[in-house]
Amino acid sequence: MERYADLATDPTFPSVRAWKQRTGGKAVGYFPVHPPAELIHAAGLLPVGVMGGGTRVEIDHADSRMQSFVCSISRSTLELGLTNRLDFLDGMVFTTICDVARNLSGVWKRNFGGAMMTELLHMPQQSNHKAAVEYLRAEYGRLVARLEALSGQAVTPQRLADSIALHNLGRKRLREVYAARAEHPERMSLAEAYVLARLGCVLPKEEHIALLDEALADIGARRAKPRDAVRVVLEGSFCEQPPLELLEIIEEAGCYIVDDDLVVGQRWFTGDVAQDGADPLGSLAEAYVNHSRMTSVRHQGDKRRSETMVGRMHDARAEGVLFVSAKFCEPALYDFVLTKDALERGKVPYLSLEFEEKMGAFESARTQVETFVESVLFT
Amino acid sequence: MEAQTPMQSAATPPMKSQDAGKNMQRQMMAQEYDALARAKQTKTPVAYLFISGNIQELFRSFGFLVVYPEINALQCGIKKAAGPLILKAEDKGYSSDVCGYVKNDIGLVMQNNKSPMGDLPRPDLLVCNFSGCNTYIKWFEALAELYDVPLVMLDVPYVRDGVIPKQDIAYIVSQLHDVIATCEKVTGRSFDKAELSRVLALSAKAEDKWCQVLETATRVPSPIDSFFEAVFFMAGINIFRGTQACVDYYDAVLAEIAERVERGVGPVERERFRVVMEGPPPWPHFRAFWELFKRWGVVCTAATYPKVGGLFDTGLRHDPSAPIESLANYAMNCYTNWSLDKRAELMEGYLKHFKADALVIHSVKSCRSFSVGQGDFRDAFVRGKNIPTLLVESDLADPRYFQEAQLRNRIDAFFEALEHRRLTTPAGGAL
Repeated sequence: MERYADLATDPTFPSVRAWKQRTGGKAVGYFPVHPPAELIHAAGLLPVGVMGGGTRVEIDHADSRMQSFVCSISRSTLELGLTNRLDFLDGMVFTTICDVARNLSGVWKRNFGGAMMTELLHMPQQSNHKAAVEYLRAEYGRLVARLEALSGQAVTPQRLADSIALHNLGRKRLREVYAARAEHPERMSLAEAYVLARLGCVLPKEEHIALLDEALADIGARRAKPRDAVRVVLEGSFCEQPPLELLEIIEEAGCYIVDDDLVVGQRWFTGDVAQDGADPLGSLAEAYVNHSRMTSVRHQGDKRRSETMVGRMHDARAEGVLFVSAKFCEPALYDFVLTKDALERGKVPYLSLEFEEKMGAFESARTQVETFVESVLFT
Repeated sequence: MEAQTPMQSAATPPMKSQDAGKNMQRQMMAQEYDALARAKQTKTPVAYLFISGNIQELFRSFGFLVVYPEINALQCGIKKAAGPLILKAEDKGYSSDVCGYVKNDIGLVMQNNKSPMGDLPRPDLLVCNFSGCNTYIKWFEALAELYDVPLVMLDVPYVRDGVIPKQDIAYIVSQLHDVIATCEKVTGRSFDKAELSRVLALSAKAEDKWCQVLETATRVPSPIDSFFEAVFFMAGINIFRGTQACVDYYDAVLAEIAERVERGVGPVERERFRVVMEGPPPWPHFRAFWELFKRWGVVCTAATYPKVGGLFDTGLRHDPSAPIESLANYAMNCYTNWSLDKRAELMEGYLKHFKADALVIHSVKSCRSFSVGQGDFRDAFVRGKNIPTLLVESDLADPRYFQEAQLRNRIDAFFEALEHRRLTTPAGGAL
């Protein structure tokens, strides 16, 4: 576990560097939440999730470029760039998830755009809209052209269909892990599940799937005594990732996290992307517009985010909600108010915890979660 | 540093059009708020829109009255009413780290829309003309829940590269047809393309005149301050487009400026420094902020903030002959919807065209859309182009973030250095 945790979160990306050396291939990074992994993979490139600096990166250079009121992930990712720690990347793709990430792509382009292909995709905010599918298809096409130029390999419909099939399998396996944990949360800790998902950001998908297969067999075989813990849905960590230690404390303090939005890009869609159509690019666009797992960075039409949250809770047979969001993450902070109002109307207990990548003290978080757990257990 | 004297000495006769623009603007705003207060009485449908990329002409053609929550927040800021409203929203659960405009607006909703500008009507329709600001979406998602009214999304792609791909315009046009269908349903009226074109022709006229106003700042000394004054002059172009009154308004502003030129007066007694200003003003401390610059004889000869409602000075115009397409094209070309490299290019052009000595960046916490990347701008201008650049921080809405003493120190140090540079460099420090 420790070895995998290290591999998943090491900001020097040892597995990616090793892959490049071994294969002579090129790697293209992506900033969360919506990774265009299939497109990168179909062009013969390695998709790499760049999820910030975690606990190990000091902000020395990014301070003068990004104000102190900006989330850690944007500052630490820029720091990684400014200190040449991402120079093994041949490209970097951003999507319009929020104003900060969008503008970070502009900063990226000016500072690293010469050496590193830098692209920003506009992800439509319309749901169930034909024009949005067509639009995103064209937007994906724009990226494909740049990826092809980078790798020299054409993204044929067959290659893309194969890539979709591979990533569908990865997402399916991860859904199975989540389903197994929802059934028997005592058999695998949240931190373990998180590391498994996070490995998908740095490993070739084939290797990731092999690990998921192993883990699934392992969960099935494990026997553990259920604890007297509260079943909780974790919400708000769709982009910047909380420190592993915080996830451990949440469970130690008496929660079973039975659903979450951690590294949501690895479980982006609610089901499989159509893989039998003649237009795989269109299928990917259609999956985003109509079958995405919804987060705070996505407008979802007539359906309200707060209702979706309540629905997710019922699906997971949860007793409460933990809002675990990054400090300064505006989309999560706005949604928190509407969602907690809906939970209060339904008399559902919740707790809100803010985190930063480099937060040092977890004791107050532990006390808060313990108090929350007690209040749920004894009322 | 020498003391500034008032703009005119007592001996000169008063100017005919002194403050004509400001007064007329004030009157137009009062009339608009009055109409809004009577909207229910007059059974006028009410739509809520955002400033950036707003498609007000379409709503005008359907007979809607339009509420702009950003304008309400701005007005509350200037009228020193923002602080308590923001606290109300924070009591409800909004973080101290989210946009003050949003919290100001939520605070108004929580006190039944009783605003310092009068009673504001509930929306019949919320239209999120999302252009250059993701917070817009979260803002109207909140209003849709609080008011329980329909929210129409107009997804405007960000300008990612120098050229706007055809599919971007096609995507917006397709959505505009949906908006039109919704307007028809809400008002019971059919879409009148000829009426929209008539309205757009008036918009284009006002846009021409607005650009003439901005262009006057190329004069040395400049007759206007293109930031501290333009933020008032921009009201017409942001919220009264498509009306004859708006065209007349800019005629009045131009007459006032002509008289200033004739008399040789401007926003400061003696223009000593010309700067380009990037970022919005701190509305709750607008006067105090301006004074920090005035005391150095600083005139903003160009600014980016008055372009959030459209980059008309780059040649952008509404076009009555292609009404829907031109609404789409307009919506994309608002300042914060432009990529950072295009924004930097624009500022560089301003520095040259408006003969400015320096770039001043006012970075506000509330608006990440504006402010994230400004540190990089400073690096690009100072190191890349050798242009003196000052970056100061406060907020556009939240009075708590305005640290006057600290701002004064930074601003004084900057202009002192600029003065020194002027004295010691052979070219006089000119660009």
